Amino acid sequence: MSERCDKGDPMKYVIQIVGVGGQGVLLASMVLGNAAMAEGHNVAMSEVHGMAQRGGSVLSTLRIGDNVISPLASDGEADMILGFEPAETCRNITLGNKSTMIIMNLDPIYPSTVTAGSSEYPGTDEMISSIKKVTKNIMTIEATSLAETAGKAVAANAVMIGAAAAVKGFPLPKDAVRGSLLNLVPEKFRELNAKAFDLGYDEMRK
Amino acid sequence: MSANDKKKELLLGNDAITRGIIEAGVGFASTYPGTPSSEIGNNLEKIAEKNGMFFEFSSNEKIAMESASAAAMSGVRSFVFMKHVGMNVAADPMLTLAYGGVRGGMVILTADDPSAHSSQNEQDNRIYAKLALLPMLEPSTPAEAKEMVKESYDISEELTLPVLFRTTTRVNHARGIVEEGDVKDVPKKSHFTRDIKRFVNIPANARTNRIRLLELNKKAAELSEASRFNFTEGKGSTGVITSGVSYTYVKEWMKNVSILKLGFTNPLPEKKIAEFMKDKEKIIVVEELEPFLEDQVLRIAKQSNLSVKIHGKRTDDLPMAFEYSPGVISALRHLADVADDNVPLARPDIALPPRPPTLCAGCPHRGIFHAVRKAVGRKEVIYSSDIGCYSLGAQPPFMMADMILCMGGGIGAAGGFSEATDQKVIAFSGDSTFFHSGITPLVSALFNGHKFTAIILDNRTTAMTGHQPHPGTGREFGGRRTEEIKIEDVVRGIGVKFVETVDPYDVKATIDVMTRAIEYDGLSVVIVKRACPLELKRKKILEPRVCEVDQDLCVKCSTCILSIACPALMKKDGIVSIDKEQCMGCMMCGRVCPKDAIKVIP
Repeated sequence: MSERCDKGDPMKYVIQIVGVGGQGVLLASMVLGNAAMAEGHNVAMSEVHGMAQRGGSVLSTLRIGDNVISPLASDGEADMILGFEPAETCRNITLGNKSTMIIMNLDPIYPSTVTAGSSEYPGTDEMISSIKKVTKNIMTIEATSLAETAGKAVAANAVMIGAAAAVKGFPLPKDAVRGSLLNLVPEKFRELNAKAFDLGYDEMRK
Repeated sequence: MSANDKKKELLLGNDAITRGIIEAGVGFASTYPGTPSSEIGNNLEKIAEKNGMFFEFSSNEKIAMESASAAAMSGVRSFVFMKHVGMNVAADPMLTLAYGGVRGGMVILTADDPSAHSSQNEQDNRIYAKLALLPMLEPSTPAEAKEMVKESYDISEELTLPVLFRTTTRVNHARGIVEEGDVKDVPKKSHFTRDIKRFVNIPANARTNRIRLLELNKKAAELSEASRFNFTEGKGSTGVITSGVSYTYVKEWMKNVSILKLGFTNPLPEKKIAEFMKDKEKIIVVEELEPFLEDQVLRIAKQSNLSVKIHGKRTDDLPMAFEYSPGVISALRHLADVADDNVPLARPDIALPPRPPTLCAGCPHRGIFHAVRKAVGRKEVIYSSDIGCYSLGAQPPFMMADMILCMGGGIGAAGGFSEATDQKVIAFSGDSTFFHSGITPLVSALFNGHKFTAIILDNRTTAMTGHQPHPGTGREFGGRRTEEIKIEDVVRGIGVKFVETVDPYDVKATIDVMTRAIEYDGLSVVIVKRACPLELKRKKILEPRVCEVDQDLCVKCSTCILSIACPALMKKDGIVSIDKEQCMGCMMCGRVCPKDAIKVIP
């Protein structure tokens, strides 16, 4: 299959996007997937639809590369975990390995079990330190707050996409990702999303 | 970049299938919505008309099957699609349809759901192909799904049989690069020519048609032998026979094996399989769910006098339950070379709160569940529930489902519970579910004198599957507009004496109606009518309103949370507040508050 890749292993980059239904996880995976396709890569993705979207955990898998065909990744295969929500990031850390870059949004969405008072939501510091005990490759971001700075909290997914594009070794150029985002959002939200993307990108490059 | 100027898109499997039927020139399509097939219907609702196709949401899968059959018998290419359990409903017409067959190509899509991500079971519908003696194709990726669905029409027309097209969640909801193809120009209207021997299956004709069907299956086997969707690749003394999405895991995670990838899976290409096995040291059959391929491979090996060892589910090398993943392939290390695994990070040592799917903020089902609980009090009640968002009422704090079987099963089973026990029985049915298969059990209950209460949750849409219209909402797409059919009129028309309609946002009135319905000595029906706020939001007609808690009036009794359990209600350090991002302003929480401490923000 990959005669042209005589310089070594064929290119492959796996992104796992985790969060909660309604956070724009699917849109984010489309943005990155379209950007990867425009850059000439093959893309295989899988998404969660249906019942799990009713306030449940959502996972979107994005596999970019020369020979990818499987929509699912193996355990630990992720090169990047894009965590839209801190508890969901902690829950899904086993999707990555010791080299995986984890980007974690620190703004929580409380599950119904917590709002009803039947279970406890851990503190932010506690969550960060629990991940730091298993890997050093974690970057945190307050995506929802940054999105509010940009104009609206719903643009938190654009902040996260910007943050992903800023990570060292990320295989897609910033402009391709930004262009893909602006291409997918409705025209009247383009400025908001552009601003949110840039805030996320700059935050990671600080 | 490719020099090809055809448009390439990153499509969901269901989008690729939609594109495939348009390119195939399908003139008639029908469905009853069900995950993981629903997006096809949502696409067709928007684009069928401009592609010259008639599309309908039928009341149930059986009707969808019957109407698509008629279109294909008339010579129009037709497409009918449903989730796996929907095929149980549609099986009756399907099994006889095979006897007389079709004239225009017909494809029947079954979207199976291994691991039951959004279903009540994980049945393997490939077995229907054997039962109905229908040719079957199984794609592995979105791109292949589009190609296969197009070719299925040629196969169907060559055989004069409908083709079963079997997908799984990881094909329907996978996304991949799909290239646009040319649209075939096929007439979208035809003229039905009488052929009594083929299409009127009275016993004498059925016997003739049975022979016809068996003969056509021999021809189908030849097509399967020659099909480009059954191919070999790779080199190795270990042979892997696989189909569907499992192929993608085998291809990426197994090394130094020879693969026989099967896409045309009924009838199987027996000669090709025997030929493939001949020089192999061992065979591994990798398929999800039942050993559908494996058992046939074992039989083919026996009939071909091959003694090669065949590994799979029958040898306990592979699991029968749940969907496969790359991890399932890695577990075959004892049989074949598999790719090196990454070592996953350890699970962080921290207690995380569970996040189960839940009824949305402002969901009217919360109001009726609360009202039922109040009206029932300490009485012992059996909740005979059904399929829909309200299935989530099984969770605390409502716990309002003692049994869920199938669409329409709630009202159907209620009759049995009411006769077999002395307990009070309350059945739940959604509005779309009522029209799907809730009317006949109500007729039967009245006929047989059953005494129970049926609650019809009329949220003005088929909510769970992504807000499709149904007979109770009327149709307004594809250039055709129809009036809504009123549930209350139907129930009264049947002859039910106790029928009340109530707004679940008016919690007190709902409790009152429910109290009377439960006390009623006979069959009582309560229609709970309030549109799904998610649907209103989608249509951009939701009036934005938000509530807040007046902390001076609040006595911190948590009645709102315990009664309505809305995700917009947040309790921290004993203080209840309302999340403005989530609140829909329905005021159900405010109406249960004993101190009137919750108000709509002016």
